[in-house]
Amino acid sequence: MLETAPSTDAYLMLSGTLFAVGLIGVVIRRNMITVLMAIELMLNAVNINLVAFSHRLGSLEGQVFTIFVITVAAGEAAVGLAIIIQLYRLKSTINVDEARMLNG
Amino acid sequence: MSLNDLIFLLPEIILATGASLLLIAPVTGLRDSISAKWAMIALLIITAGSLLACSWAVPGMEQTAGFARMFALDAFSIFFKLLFLFVVAIVVLLSDDFLRESRYSTWEYYSLLGFALCGMMFMASGVHLATIYIGLELLSLSSYILAGYYKNEQKSTEAAMKYFVLGAVSSAILLYGISLIYGVCGTLNLLDIARALSTVVSNDALMFGVILLACGLCFKIAAAPFHVWTPDVYEGAPTPITAFLSTGSKAAAFAIFVRIFYVALPGFHLDWSMVLATVAALSMIVGNLAAITQESVKRLLAYSSIAHAGYVLMGIVAMNVMGLRGVLVYSFVYVFANLGIWSIVLMMKRHEYAGEKVSDFEGLHSRSPFWAFSMFVFLLSLGGIPPTAGFIGKYFLFYAAVQAGFGWLAIIAVLMSAVSMFYYLRIVVAMYLRDGKEADVTASGALKFVAAVCVVATIVFGVVPNDLIDQVSSSAKGLHNKGAVTRNATR
Amino acid sequence: MANYSVLLVAALIVLSVPVLTLFIITPLIRASRANKVKLEPYECGVPASSLAFDHRFSVRYFLIAVLFIVFDVETVFLFPWAIRFKQLGLFGAVEMAVFLAILLIGYFYAWKRKVLSWV
Repeated sequence: MLETAPSTDAYLMLSGTLFAVGLIGVVIRRNMITVLMAIELMLNAVNINLVAFSHRLGSLEGQVFTIFVITVAAGEAAVGLAIIIQLYRLKSTINVDEARMLNG
Repeated sequence: MSLNDLIFLLPEIILATGASLLLIAPVTGLRDSISAKWAMIALLIITAGSLLACSWAVPGMEQTAGFARMFALDAFSIFFKLLFLFVVAIVVLLSDDFLRESRYSTWEYYSLLGFALCGMMFMASGVHLATIYIGLELLSLSSYILAGYYKNEQKSTEAAMKYFVLGAVSSAILLYGISLIYGVCGTLNLLDIARALSTVVSNDALMFGVILLACGLCFKIAAAPFHVWTPDVYEGAPTPITAFLSTGSKAAAFAIFVRIFYVALPGFHLDWSMVLATVAALSMIVGNLAAITQESVKRLLAYSSIAHAGYVLMGIVAMNVMGLRGVLVYSFVYVFANLGIWSIVLMMKRHEYAGEKVSDFEGLHSRSPFWAFSMFVFLLSLGGIPPTAGFIGKYFLFYAAVQAGFGWLAIIAVLMSAVSMFYYLRIVVAMYLRDGKEADVTASGALKFVAAVCVVATIVFGVVPNDLIDQVSSSAKGLHNKGAVTRNATR
Repeated sequence: MANYSVLLVAALIVLSVPVLTLFIITPLIRASRANKVKLEPYECGVPASSLAFDHRFSVRYFLIAVLFIVFDVETVFLFPWAIRFKQLGLFGAVEMAVFLAILLIGYFYAWKRKVLSWV
């Protein structure tokens, strides 16, 4: 590891906080687009974790997995946006609270 | 890796190519929905054939793992892959009427089902957390779209949205768990994880990772504290897709659950077993008690499927040979009983969301006694009553729990099975003792075929379960001997 | 049994950071001097032509955006291959061709479904 690089612990704290911000964002935000962004935040927290560990362990596996996570996140965003557009077409809103035809 | 590795993947390659062709078929001029169905069925048959051929061609199946030990073609994965192929074939038959009435694109529907199946097959074969994750996401992304396939129906789009948001969050949680496990073990390969952990006594980061991973997986199998999406999604999704979600994707999630916990984390059994036992108990209690008051058959079955997730978790908690066999047997018999029920529900359906109130089943016996009897058999099987196959599965799971010292869990399971009979019998009472409505049962040939196959299988495997048990025992063998799955060194 | 109390403490610390910063500390110490320019929607630095919510975009923007996300990010797989191009040789090239062919199938589908043409 480079002398100047922060320790893995610092990365873990950063990623843990990012993950928590994302999780809280999903729970408290009502706008679907914001929820989608919060989910991306959670996935990127995972990426930070993986790259930090990969750097510390000197194994490339984590970085390769990160690439896969990034692409899957893109696919997820695409599917999510498509569902949001369809919901907007039907209901003219993307507020998650308005989606309550199913009593859950 | 080398070209030889491709033989491991042959069924998946064929399936993915076929699904891609199904996707571009409609834009090249083919619009006929009947040929879509036959193309899909042909694709499934070819995939199954190539899978069997591969399993014969690859010698020493118990110890094979290709692609730098990321992908195993062992007896365990072949068992689940054949089960998935069967489920998807049945779902194709169930979807026929739905696609004809709704006039949504048929080819894309089958293509998505094909991709979902491909993801499930990767899940069954994955012995590396990356493979497992990619398979899981392929299944999930296809399922989100399929759940919202009634594009112009608010309920369906809403179901897709809820499924998407909660599914995406759960896979993020699962991934966070994976990243922590990677940090502790330095590898994503399940066997190497087990090897790395053999020297570790206890580690908080690891436990946190395992718990997050378990949370993500429990979400996918709809176990209790993570079950809130299930009733809404099952109710809103098109009924054939509900059938798919409650059998196929659930069995796939069980497959990876078993694979990860039996292969990678057996050394920490003491730590995670109590957590999962609590989840199992909670699932059985919440699922069964909530199902009692449901008026909608789809919601009732959703809650009952939460309870069934709890039963299967018992087999994973037990962590012994009986438990492993129990998970396999239960996944198998549960698929037949559940698909049978969905085919009967589809027979009752007269317009898009009908056939889903318990009262819709009133007087089914006088209208069509055979289908009423079939429904009776399926419900008995779900309840675990002896002459049906469901009993065999429950027997294995309960016995495994007692054997592993989780007697209290088995007691809860037995009590809750008794509770479950109460709401299953509500449907039976409606069918046999109430006066019928005038509406007819409209059963197409495909639905009749599915229901008949399922009822025969449910009774036959219940009366003479020996073949099933033998098969399951040999499928489970490779997995339980720790480290037997991928002893083959990497190339 | 592992010592779960440490886990609980770690989870509490991690959760408390966003809760503190988002809901408790920031509202207390931040300066709120809103003015007209500050509240305007951001349009690359030029004066905004309209408010964000009374200007409708065609849904086609979103379709293009969705396609862009997917195809843009898939190129990330090309970089590792490009770096080790010589070592991977023909086999790597064939594999990458297969990968690109799969992407092209998706592109072909989108094209034929008239997603790319502006109506």
